[in-house]
Amino acid sequence: MAKSALLKSSIGKKYWMALTGLFLCLFLVGHLAGNLQLLMPNSQLQFNQYALFMTSNPAVKILSYLTYISILFHAIDGILLTIQNKKARPVAYAKSNPSANSSFASRNMAVLGTLVLVFLATHMTNFWAKMHFDKSMPLMTQTIEAAPGMKSEYYVGRSVGQYYQVDQVKLPGDKEAEAGTPPKQLEVKNGTDVYNVQANVKVGELYKDLHKITFDFFKSKNKLFGVIPNEGLLFTIFYVLSMLVLAYHLWHGFQSAFQTLGLNSPKWTPTIKFLGKAFAVLVPLLFAIIPLYIHFTK
Amino acid sequence: MSAAKNINITLKIWRQKNAKTKGGIETYKLDNVSTASSFLEMLDQLNEQLVNDRKEPVAFDHDCREGICGSCSLYINGRAHGPDIGITTCQLHMRMFNDGDTIFVEPWRSKAFPVIKDLVVDRTAFDRIQQAGGFVSVNTSGNTIDANSLPVPKDDADKAFMAAACIGCGACVASCKNGSAMLFVGAKVSQYALLPQGKVEATERVLNMVRQMDEEGFGNCTNTGACEIECPKGISLENIARMNREYLKASL
Amino acid sequence: MKLDSKIPEGPVAHKWTNHKNHLKLVAPNNRPKIDIIVVGTGLAGASAAASFGEMGYNVSAFCFQDSPRRAHSIAAQGGINAAKNYQNDGDSVYRLFYDTIKGGDYRAREANVHRLAEVSGSIIDQCVAQGVPFAREYGGMLDNRSFGGTQVQRTFYAAGQTGQQLLLGAYSALSRQIGLGRVKMYNRHEMLDLVKVDGKARGIIARNLITGELERHSAHAVIIASGGYGNVYFLSTNAMGSNVTAGWKIHKQGALFANPCYVQIHPTCIPVHGTNQSKLTLMSESLRNSGRIWVPKKKEDAEAIRSGSLLPTQIAEEDRDYYLERKYPSYGNLAPRDISSRAAKEVCDEGRGIESNDTNEGVYLDFSFEILNKGKQAAFAKGNHNPSVDEIKALGKQWLKEKYGNLFTMYQKITDENPYETPMKIYPAVHYTMGGVWVDYNLMSTIPGCFVAGEANFSDHGANRLGASALMQGLADGYFVLPYTVSNYLADEIRTGRISTDLPEFAEAESNVKSQIDKFLNNNGSKTVDHFHKRLGLIMWNKVGMGRNEQGLKQAISEIAQLKEEFYSDVFVPGSADELNPELEKALRVADFIELGQLMAMDALQRNESCGGHFREEYQDAEGETLRDDVNFKFVGAWEYKGSDISKAELHKEELKYEEIKIAARNYK
Repeated sequence: MAKSALLKSSIGKKYWMALTGLFLCLFLVGHLAGNLQLLMPNSQLQFNQYALFMTSNPAVKILSYLTYISILFHAIDGILLTIQNKKARPVAYAKSNPSANSSFASRNMAVLGTLVLVFLATHMTNFWAKMHFDKSMPLMTQTIEAAPGMKSEYYVGRSVGQYYQVDQVKLPGDKEAEAGTPPKQLEVKNGTDVYNVQANVKVGELYKDLHKITFDFFKSKNKLFGVIPNEGLLFTIFYVLSMLVLAYHLWHGFQSAFQTLGLNSPKWTPTIKFLGKAFAVLVPLLFAIIPLYIHFTK
Repeated sequence: MSAAKNINITLKIWRQKNAKTKGGIETYKLDNVSTASSFLEMLDQLNEQLVNDRKEPVAFDHDCREGICGSCSLYINGRAHGPDIGITTCQLHMRMFNDGDTIFVEPWRSKAFPVIKDLVVDRTAFDRIQQAGGFVSVNTSGNTIDANSLPVPKDDADKAFMAAACIGCGACVASCKNGSAMLFVGAKVSQYALLPQGKVEATERVLNMVRQMDEEGFGNCTNTGACEIECPKGISLENIARMNREYLKASL
Repeated sequence: MKLDSKIPEGPVAHKWTNHKNHLKLVAPNNRPKIDIIVVGTGLAGASAAASFGEMGYNVSAFCFQDSPRRAHSIAAQGGINAAKNYQNDGDSVYRLFYDTIKGGDYRAREANVHRLAEVSGSIIDQCVAQGVPFAREYGGMLDNRSFGGTQVQRTFYAAGQTGQQLLLGAYSALSRQIGLGRVKMYNRHEMLDLVKVDGKARGIIARNLITGELERHSAHAVIIASGGYGNVYFLSTNAMGSNVTAGWKIHKQGALFANPCYVQIHPTCIPVHGTNQSKLTLMSESLRNSGRIWVPKKKEDAEAIRSGSLLPTQIAEEDRDYYLERKYPSYGNLAPRDISSRAAKEVCDEGRGIESNDTNEGVYLDFSFEILNKGKQAAFAKGNHNPSVDEIKALGKQWLKEKYGNLFTMYQKITDENPYETPMKIYPAVHYTMGGVWVDYNLMSTIPGCFVAGEANFSDHGANRLGASALMQGLADGYFVLPYTVSNYLADEIRTGRISTDLPEFAEAESNVKSQIDKFLNNNGSKTVDHFHKRLGLIMWNKVGMGRNEQGLKQAISEIAQLKEEFYSDVFVPGSADELNPELEKALRVADFIELGQLMAMDALQRNESCGGHFREEYQDAEGETLRDDVNFKFVGAWEYKGSDISKAELHKEELKYEEIKIAARNYK
């Protein structure tokens, strides 16, 4: 009885909403801390190193799987609850004045949450999926003046001081060397591994250039769907609006989670509510600054 | 003090013959309503007019007309118990309205509160929740322990009282966008959870009452707080939080 | 008919214990074979039904409300008395017994009242064990306050909602039994007749108020706990649905109706505001601890106030008549209810009422003195020994708010006046009925197997009820009396077996009910039920109200008889019988109120004395106080129904014997 109650009962479902929601708040903080590096000058290497760390560290992996599960659970549980809630009032009121007793955010958590989910899907397609699955994910390069007057592009290796001149490295998509030109000595395999072609030995590893992807994304002058010009601006607006939606979701969600978990007392609730609102404003605001900064500067 | 005056109003009232038929909103004009009248006295006046016109009067639940029995249950202009706060429908007075106003009057809307007729709904779901665990299992006896043998901290007793002040009107369900009954159940669970007499059966009580609440088809709480605002007795959301705690304790 | 009160022999303090020890029992294995019907789920009904369920009987409980939790016991504000002596102020069972007898103006049975006082302590124990959140002191012990007519603090309370908390306690006990399947609850059902088989109560006919279906329910005993009949006045502090029908139906089946003229008019209610008014609201008696009651000394001042040209705050101190303080200096504004009410009527009859309604009836309850008084105390307590008037007033209002905030808000919501700034207007209103169905010591009516409990019976309050005693009586009857006395009766029923509802008596009763319903629905009159109810209420209030006299009562009797005829010929009841039909419900209730009203007037007419709530203007002393006649009227007047012509009803007398208490004049001066 007790075990199934925790999953199936109305209150049980709410616990899960609260727990996953609060966990996702933690995720937001971590994600934000990482992303804020984009605002630092010359953050390319640092950011890409961070991105690498986030995709490879086993502890982070566990956390990220927890995050995926939380998002899924939060979404599915939320949908189930919303369906039940709709069923609980089969006949609607002819006249309703809900703003008299409740906030906009609190009444629209399902809609706001759905919008956040849509945002999440596009966001993950644009960055996370590319980072993980895109075979043509660009690799981080750096322009180095090896000798005075001799600037050229180098791939940045993961070991300190390790660079590979771009035009000496064969990428998986590259055509076979044309007759007459000397074959390239190095080749990128498995996305980021640098191999000596002749010896077939791994000599180093490169960084995926998430930084570039990000900047390109928000600065893109391409036409969206081949029609609407200046898609970078549209993406920026979309991201800022999405953060507004997230802010509303958090405005209610943060303190609501504490209430659901039973933490409501005259002593603590004002603090929790204040923290929740501060969180709901600050976190999305800082997130929103990033695309704005990228789009409108440099 | 504003002197009582007479106003003319238009009423849009839900009429439904019985549980099986479909209902709809009907419009009525009512003149010379004293602003000193209570809302229900205004409906009495309408009914008198309808009966004199050989029409069927509007059925609505009411009894004590002093805000304590919990019978009256009207959704007026989009709000449970109407535009005033901290009161029941019977304590709402017509001075809250103006000459020429159009007033919507609807029954509580909830799957668990089916309409019986017009504005009358069936709230026995609340009774069944109470029957599932809203009690202390003590038999009648002249030999229970002396009332003062078990001291109860004043603060706990006061909080228990404030939770127990619930009149079971159902405004929480009616005003909740999810049709959730958690304020009602939370208040009852809290009353007993706060008192030593209720602690013995605390585990079974909260599990059984929540199970019954779910079976009745009430929605889930999303902490909008509408119930607390519309509750005529000002029952606090703290009671829902306390129920959530009790439920967690009982489930683990 | 010879009335046998069955009061046990022996000294009053031992009667109940001895009686209980010799009552017959029903063995646990036999109880499931026995059915009990309980009508009404207020304090008495819910507690009785729960107790019978716990004992193992098959119980069916009925209430007309949508839930048993809504019975009007829920509206009681002040508290419940119990002789616990937790405050060490010399209280005892005897003192509670004595105060109640004296408060009832020596018109109650000693043995019943003593039993009530004896079990009062157990009620508190039981309720606390159920989780009733009574007010407590900081040490965690139960708090007490004092009420009118006593010199000790014995009233237990839960803010101003004691009735609510006690009822919800009884409702929780009842809910537990319903959940366990031992009590079958019939919400939205109204009992419309009692079925007698071979002279014994064997069941009821109830109407399902939703479907309109007439249902037959059989049982070995029927308990009536349907409350009081204050709504015979139309306007009262009772709930809109409170009615006498259950009590009246058993009266028509042979149960005597006792002391119908004893009605309590509560002094502090909000005055009538207009002709559409449906109900009167009580302002707790506790307000009289802080408010002073007055009217202008001069009629012309009162007229100016009513016309709106003068405000009460503009009346100079020397032009105010604090009539309770003037007439009853030792009790002052805390004089008992019946006395305070009559005094208010007196000054209004003199033309000094201040409410601008049809009757000009209203007096002031003024808190300005308390504001100054408590404000000054509060200022001093804060170390401000030279406060300004404004500071004092602000602090005084704060004090009032903490003490009576909810009542002041309630008053303001209803009247739109701010009682912190201007005195409250109050006037007496019908509140409680001491009279009711006659029962013996076992709470059984003159119909075998038909018991009556709570306000519906006449037994414990004599001619006037003291504050905080109604809740005590309801729960005493339900928890601690009926379980014993009903079992005693049922001990002889264990061989009866289930009672068939196919018996001709059931069919006949059902067909009688049906024909009454059909008659109303086919009457095709021209006036609403409320029209007649309001007219009845006016007759009752003006002629069988706070002051009664022979001429008025005789007029009332004939006017009501006339009204009854008109009612049956000209009432219009819309709708049909097979649906929720509130107008039909009202018509059935008003029919009974009309007959009862006539009986009340007859009872008031035969009682040539003044006592408690019954004030005959011919019987007062030089100062206008009640003049009791203990030589000729020290009896319970119990009426026997003799057909639809109420004037043929026959009076039976049960002589009251005072063995323990010396009968004396009540003096509160």
